[in-house]
Amino acid sequence: MATTNLKEADAAIGLEGGPVVDASRRAMLAEFWYYFRQNRGAVLGLWVFLLIVAVAILAPVIAPHNPTAQVRGAFLVPPAWEEGGSWDYILGTDAVGRDILSRLIYGARFSLFIGVVVVTLAVVVGVVVGVIAGYFRGAVDTVIMRLMDIILAFPSLLLALVLVAVLGPGLMNAMIAIALVLQPHFVRLTRAAVMAEKNRDYVTAAKVAGAGNIRLMFKTILPNCTAPLIVQATLSFSNAILDAAALGFLGMGAQPPTPEWGTMLAEAREFILRAWWVVTFPGLAILITVLAINLMGDGLRDALDPKLKRS
Amino acid sequence: MFRFLIRRLAVLIPTFLGVSIIAFAFIRVLPGDPVMLMSGERVMSPERHAALTRELGFDRPIWIQYLDYIGGVVQGDFGSSIVTKRPVMDDFLALFPATLELSICAIILAVAIGVPFGVLAAVKRGSWLDQSVMGFALVGYSMPIFWWGLLLIILFSGVLQWTPVSGRISLLYFFPPVTGFMLIDSLLSGQAGAFKSALSHLILPTVVLATIPLAVIARQTRSAMLEVLGEDYVRTARAKGLPPRRVIGLHALRNALIPVVTTIGLQVGVLMAGAILTETIFSWPGIGKWMVDSVFRRDYAVVQGGLLLIAGIIMVVNLIVDVLYGLINPRIRH
Repeated sequence: MATTNLKEADAAIGLEGGPVVDASRRAMLAEFWYYFRQNRGAVLGLWVFLLIVAVAILAPVIAPHNPTAQVRGAFLVPPAWEEGGSWDYILGTDAVGRDILSRLIYGARFSLFIGVVVVTLAVVVGVVVGVIAGYFRGAVDTVIMRLMDIILAFPSLLLALVLVAVLGPGLMNAMIAIALVLQPHFVRLTRAAVMAEKNRDYVTAAKVAGAGNIRLMFKTILPNCTAPLIVQATLSFSNAILDAAALGFLGMGAQPPTPEWGTMLAEAREFILRAWWVVTFPGLAILITVLAINLMGDGLRDALDPKLKRS
Repeated sequence: MFRFLIRRLAVLIPTFLGVSIIAFAFIRVLPGDPVMLMSGERVMSPERHAALTRELGFDRPIWIQYLDYIGGVVQGDFGSSIVTKRPVMDDFLALFPATLELSICAIILAVAIGVPFGVLAAVKRGSWLDQSVMGFALVGYSMPIFWWGLLLIILFSGVLQWTPVSGRISLLYFFPPVTGFMLIDSLLSGQAGAFKSALSHLILPTVVLATIPLAVIARQTRSAMLEVLGEDYVRTARAKGLPPRRVIGLHALRNALIPVVTTIGLQVGVLMAGAILTETIFSWPGIGKWMVDSVFRRDYAVVQGGLLLIAGIIMVVNLIVDVLYGLINPRIRH
C-alpha cells in the first residue's frame, strides 16, 4: 500500500516513468543535443573520443603487430617516412624492437579503462558521501568536509604517488589512489547541490507522502543534481588519464611491458636524444585523448549550465 | 577583518592536525611492516627487528608515538632521513629555495602572458584571436607536462643545442649560496657568465612548470573579463565617452582581477604537483625531486616530513590568498 502511494506521489510530481515523463525526457535530450552541437570544438572532441573508443575495442583487429613481441634486428627503427624507416613499422619501433603503433593502439585500452574505473569509483564514493553530508548536515557534515579538506590540502599527484608507493606500484593501486584524490570534488559538488535542493517544495511533498531518508536522498533529490556532476566527471576522466600516465612515467603506475602510454614514455626517456619517435608518439596520444575529453567537457558545461545558455 | 582571520585559522588548525595524522598514519595503517618500511631494509634478523622496533619507538602505544611526533613537528623537528641520517628539516630548507625560485619564475611567466591574452580574448570575443588563445589554453590545460618537457629537451637541448639538459647551473661555476636563488647568487658571485648559465638552465623548466597555470589563468581572466564587461558600470563608463583603453584597463580589469588573484593563489598546489614532474625531468634539485627520490629509496621518514611540510605550505598560502581576497572584496568576509 505504502509503495503504491509513493509511486502515485512520484508520478504526480513527475519523477517516475510514464508517457509524460518519457516525452519530456526526450525533449530534454534534444535540447541538450541542440546546445551541445552549437559548440564545434565539443562535437570534434566527441568524434575523436569515439574514434579512440573504437580503436581500443578493435585493438586486436587493427594492430599490425603483437604489442609485446620483441623483434630482434628491428631495434629503434625510425618511422616509415624517415630514412631507414619501414612500412612494416609505421611509427617505428622502440629499444627492444616492439612496434610503437601497435603499443599505442593497445595503450588506448588502458587509458580508457583507467578513466572509466577511476571516475566510477570517485563518483560512486563521492556522491554517496556528498549526499549524506548535504542531507544530514550537522556533525556528520562537519566531519566529512574536514576530511575532504585534509585530502585536498595535499597536491593530488604527490598524495597519489605516496599512496601507490606504500600500497605497491601497479595499475590497480594507481587507480585506487587517483580515485581517492579526485573524489573530494564530487563530495563538495554533491553536497552543495543537495543543500540547494533539500528545502524545495517537491522534496517536502515527497517527505509528506512518507518517503524515507534513503529514498529522499537518492531518488528524489539526487537526480536533480546531476548536471554539475556530469561536467565534473568528464574533467575527472581526463585528469585520471593524465595522473595515471604521470604515475606510469614516474615508474609507479602500470609496470613494463604493459603498453600504457605513460609507462612507454618512462621506458623511452633514455633514448630521447637518439630516437625522437619513441618519446613523441606516446605523449601525443595522451595529449589528443585528454584534449578530446576536455573539449567535450567544455561543450557539456555549456549545454548543461542554464546560466550560460543563450536563450 | 580580525574575526574573519580567526575563523579561517579555526578551520586551518584541525585541518593541519588531520594532515599530520594522515602523514603519520599511512605507514602504520597500510599493509607492510612499519619497522621494515621505516628502516628501508628488506631482510633482517628477529634480533635486529626487535632492536629497531625499540629504537624507532614502535613498541609504544600508537597515540604516544603520534604525540611524540607532533611534539617534534611543533618545534620544527620532522625526524631524520633513514638513508642520509640528516634531519628532514635541514634537507628541506636546503632544497626548498630551488623549488621556490622555479615556481616564482613560472608563476610570473604564467601571469605575464596569461592575463594580457585573457583580456584580449575577452575584448575581442569571437574573433580568431579569441579562438586561438582559447585553443592554446585548452591544449596547455590538457598537456602531459612530463612529455612536454621531454619534447622541449629534444628540440632546444638536442637539435638546437641552446639550453643544457639538467641541473641549475654549469659545473664550471661554484659559489656559496647566499639567498638560495641561483639567479641572485650568480649575480652576487661576480663570476662572468654565471648568471647566463643559471638563466639558461632555468628557462625550460620554467616554461614547462608555467604551462598549466598559464592556461588556467588565461581562461579565468577571459571569463572574469567577459562577466565584468557586461556590467552596468562598464556601460556607464563607455557612455560617458571614456576611451576604450581606459574603460578596459581601469574600470573592467581592476574588478575582473579579483577572482583572477584567487586563481593565481590556488595555483600553488598545481605548481607543487608540477614540480614533482618538472624537477624529475630536468634533474632540478628541489623538493619535488627530493620527494620522488625518497619514495623510490623507501625513505619514509622523509616522505612523511615532506608531505606534512608541503601540505602546510599550501594551506598557509591558501590562507593568505583568502585573507587578501577578504581585503579586496569585503563582501565575502561574512
